[in-house]
Amino acid sequence: MDFFHVLVVLLESTIRVSVPLVFAALAGLFTERAGVFDIGLEGKMLGAAFAAGAVAAVTQSVWMGLLAAILISILLSLVHGYASITQRGNQIVSGVAINFIVAGSTVILGEAWFRQGGRTPALAEGARFQTINLPGADAVREVPVLGPIYADLLSGHFLLTYLAFAMVPASWWILYRTRFGLRLRAVGENPGAVDTAGISVIWLRYRAVICCGILCGFAGAYLSLAMTAGFVKGMTAGKGYIALAALIFAKWRPKNVMFACLLFGFLDALAIRLQGTPLPLVGQVPVQLMQALPYILTVILLAGFIGKAIPPKAGGVPYVKER
Amino acid sequence: MSTPYAKLPGWVEYGLIPLINLAVAFLVAGLVVLLVGENPFEAAYHLINGAFGRGEYIGFTLYYATTFIFTGLAVAVAFHAGLFNIGGEGQAYVGGIGVALACLWLDQVMPWYVVFPLAIVGSVFFGALWAFLPGWLQAKRGSHIVITTIMFNFIASSLMVYLLTRVLKPLGSMAPQTRTFAEGGQLPKLDWLLSIFGLNVGTAPFNISFLLALAAAFGVWVLIWRTKLGYEMRTMGHSPSAARYAGIRESRITVITMMISGGLAGMMALNPIMGEQFRMQLDFVQGAGFVGIAVALMGRSHPGGIIPAAILFGVLYQGGAEIAFEMPSISRDMIVIIQGLVILFAGALENMFRPAITRAFAMRGQRAAAVVQTKGA
Repeated sequence: MDFFHVLVVLLESTIRVSVPLVFAALAGLFTERAGVFDIGLEGKMLGAAFAAGAVAAVTQSVWMGLLAAILISILLSLVHGYASITQRGNQIVSGVAINFIVAGSTVILGEAWFRQGGRTPALAEGARFQTINLPGADAVREVPVLGPIYADLLSGHFLLTYLAFAMVPASWWILYRTRFGLRLRAVGENPGAVDTAGISVIWLRYRAVICCGILCGFAGAYLSLAMTAGFVKGMTAGKGYIALAALIFAKWRPKNVMFACLLFGFLDALAIRLQGTPLPLVGQVPVQLMQALPYILTVILLAGFIGKAIPPKAGGVPYVKER
Repeated sequence: MSTPYAKLPGWVEYGLIPLINLAVAFLVAGLVVLLVGENPFEAAYHLINGAFGRGEYIGFTLYYATTFIFTGLAVAVAFHAGLFNIGGEGQAYVGGIGVALACLWLDQVMPWYVVFPLAIVGSVFFGALWAFLPGWLQAKRGSHIVITTIMFNFIASSLMVYLLTRVLKPLGSMAPQTRTFAEGGQLPKLDWLLSIFGLNVGTAPFNISFLLALAAAFGVWVLIWRTKLGYEMRTMGHSPSAARYAGIRESRITVITMMISGGLAGMMALNPIMGEQFRMQLDFVQGAGFVGIAVALMGRSHPGGIIPAAILFGVLYQGGAEIAFEMPSISRDMIVIIQGLVILFAGALENMFRPAITRAFAMRGQRAAAVVQTKGA
């Protein structure tokens, strides 16, 4: 029973740390499937987290914070879109630029506006998300096995957590069952064919980029409005890149994205849990190895040793209409 | 990449357009300063004064520039072969192992001019090693170099934390760093170079690796424009299919280019480790690998452009410290913003003003042609 209890706690924290990864990786899924590479997920998430923390602190409203996060994230996405779609610039360079601009300006503006060393003020209860207890959670807690799973694992999360996992089938449905999704995927594989069919490649890619902005906004808002009560500088701490790794690990498919994010989240939760405790057989595992494991796994996958990750064919290539 | 733009004269292509892009980047940075409620002109004054006001400041500016020349060259070499090496940060970090090992081994028994060549070899070896794997994976297994080099940056950071907290740290010490090197692990300063101009270097760690950086820049120029290997690299960068037709082995060029790039990034470690701190500390690279991207983009991947671009970023780093000191609401993170804006406007949006400039030149050309015609008639 003790092992079972540990497992439930571990899985519960896995879910908690996976949420921003799921949002951000799905965000990347939309743009990359439309043929726009985006290594600016990190920057958008950080910008959104800052906007959410700052606006929620000023207005004392969690919803205004969420709205601000989404708006800022869309704005940053449009900068990326303008550079890589309209100006046909290098998409990697643009993503790198956005990451830097956001990393610097969140600290400068945060310090200038709030003077708390790059933090935003700690949020009161009304200005951040509260956990939701599913109906009957307390009643069934004593039921063996299923009780803790329902009461501790499934219940007691934030609204955004449930939204994140609901976005997985929703993204699948949008991408694979709607006309917009079909065209979006087509524009990432063969934009010439989409253009021939009389559909605007530019407008489609812009819409994909906006979808990405919305989802990154949720990811950022989760960090500063739910996971912690306020913005801390550099709080994304590489999560955007882990999400990118998860997206590749999932071979650009929605359901796999969720499992990849959960796997990377689990490694993260495990690394915290195992700090300093020796494992049977292998002895003490350096915590740095656990931290590097998502990246190492992604490299091994990319090398084609675990299946093959084939990116969208037109990814990274700006579309030039023939004259 | 297809460039649907007309050809412009050289001075416009390599002079005017980069300058306009840079000016716009600084204009936007000025807006951020306004947003914070400070005077941008005052900030600019402190920037220039902080970078050039005294011999010591110039020494610091050139110390930072040294670092950025190495990382800028690293990115540029890869650019020429059509590869985007975003992993300079990790390669420089791991390159530090080579420098530290050479110093820890010989610093107490040998003078610096024996240790320095060994440290160079060590830094190049470890930097190249860290770039070899992404290069090899791209060449043989088709994994995207951008993603693998990003992953390798994170792996390098974990690896170095492990090494500095468990392996390279002296016994009984708590700080995650190697022991301080003796005389043999400390590079001489270039105070004589500045004293020619009547300047006093003061405490600035401006050291001999600056000359190594200039030599590396010259070496890169020779490599890219005067050797067969450089020609093959440029061919592959311009048109991989043409390179394949010409019988150039893509996988070989990819791996070699990445190793040269990683070696250059690794050499960056010499400057802070042997020139300033005299020990290897956690996070000694401090983002210099990423600054290299901005430097290479601004310098148009040419050593002749990279050196001034690196000095410009040296000015930003040194002058930025002065701004942070004089105007407390503008911390050194301002540099990160400017860096991002330079990457955005000189890199991703480099063609934004090109159509307008091309049109202006086409109109001037037409008018000139018309003048010739009327004179002829």
